[in-house]
Amino acid sequence: MTPRTDAQIAARIAADIPDGSYVNLGIGKPTHVASHVPEGREVIYHSENGIIGTGPTPPEGEEDVELIDASKRYVTANPGAAFFEHCDSFAMMRGGHIDIAVLGAYQVAENGDLANWATLDETFPPAVGGAMDLVVGVPTILVMMKHTDRAGAPKLLERCTYPLTGLGVVSRVYTDLAVLDVMADGFRLVELSPGCDLDGVRAVTAARIHT
Amino acid sequence: MDKRLDSLAAAVAPIKDGSSVMIGGFGSAGIPFGLIDALIAQGARDLTIITNNAGAGETGVARLLKENRVAKVVCSYPRSPGSIWFERRFEAGQVALEVVPQGTLAERIRAAGAGLGGFLTPTGYGTLLAEGKETRVIDGVGYVMEAPLPADFAILRAERGDRWGNLSFHATARNFNPVMAMGSKHATAEVRHLSAGPLDPEDVVTPGIFVQSLVEYAVRP
Repeated sequence: MTPRTDAQIAARIAADIPDGSYVNLGIGKPTHVASHVPEGREVIYHSENGIIGTGPTPPEGEEDVELIDASKRYVTANPGAAFFEHCDSFAMMRGGHIDIAVLGAYQVAENGDLANWATLDETFPPAVGGAMDLVVGVPTILVMMKHTDRAGAPKLLERCTYPLTGLGVVSRVYTDLAVLDVMADGFRLVELSPGCDLDGVRAVTAARIHT
Repeated sequence: MDKRLDSLAAAVAPIKDGSSVMIGGFGSAGIPFGLIDALIAQGARDLTIITNNAGAGETGVARLLKENRVAKVVCSYPRSPGSIWFERRFEAGQVALEVVPQGTLAERIRAAGAGLGGFLTPTGYGTLLAEGKETRVIDGVGYVMEAPLPADFAILRAERGDRWGNLSFHATARNFNPVMAMGSKHATAEVRHLSAGPLDPEDVVTPGIFVQSLVEYAVRP
């Protein structure tokens, strides 16, 4: 098996994002998707902290401490960008104006439930941010994650055991091992990572995978 | 009318022990670092802080927590790289936490400022954050009833301001600042460029009616 690297997963997701899409990339690894958009496509990135048309990292020395994305990284504003306040930003998210969001996850269930904001560890303060607003309003929720957690336990489950972010919201999951759609009857295999076999993927998935 | 003050200290003087205080900003952008330092120097304690992040490092909201001025934090994202002072106070049981989804936080503040009794949002429906709240299903979609979130004070940061209290902002430093001006009873702003003459009305983002005082503070973080 040759599991996909984070960069390869990001590139695989970018290939599925159509020209002209308005896209929100979740904090952390999903931000890498922007680096892999195929030539010739214009994708407009929304950051919940008040920019649409988020551009790449500025050259060193040209950072503006008041121009950041939701991951609090320095960014730039692409031509055609706009700044706005938080109520407008979240109206874009809840109101169905953004086409696609790419999010990380702790767990995804076969009914599309997503858990990505809190664990069962009560000493660890939960941080919800904008995740719950995104998943209720954005029609296509793509998840980018490792197929298993650090201990090797499955993250694709029949039902989530962690607190939910949203119910029945995930459209497609991209892991290091496979791409899977969430259908009415559960996970359906879209493709395996090069060199991965279905039995090997099923062995680390705690839900059925239809083919 | 002239809402300009001479000092950061004068701007935060009305804040009392036990006050609720909204603090603008997201990450490092739009945080009123000058007003926060003045608030610490002023000495008010047992504050309820309403803000997006619970601070990072040793400055801003983190410094308020470090100096034990905060009884409760209402925010969407308490955990950030370097949010050690929040984590320390939370683990020791010294600060209460209310986690609110970010869009719900902004809209609850807006409801308070806009004279609304609350609103129905799909955000959080069926999750832990909806427990104990009224819910409704409309056309097959579940909604949670969310209450307005007012505050006694807001401390804000803006790029430009005039003596009428009109404000405009720079880049992503806008974030929660306009809605907090609206949602608080008394909003004060530190402003990078404060002019005696008026801002162009076409450029005003936050109309001065929402702002009670402002002070020039040219330092950028």
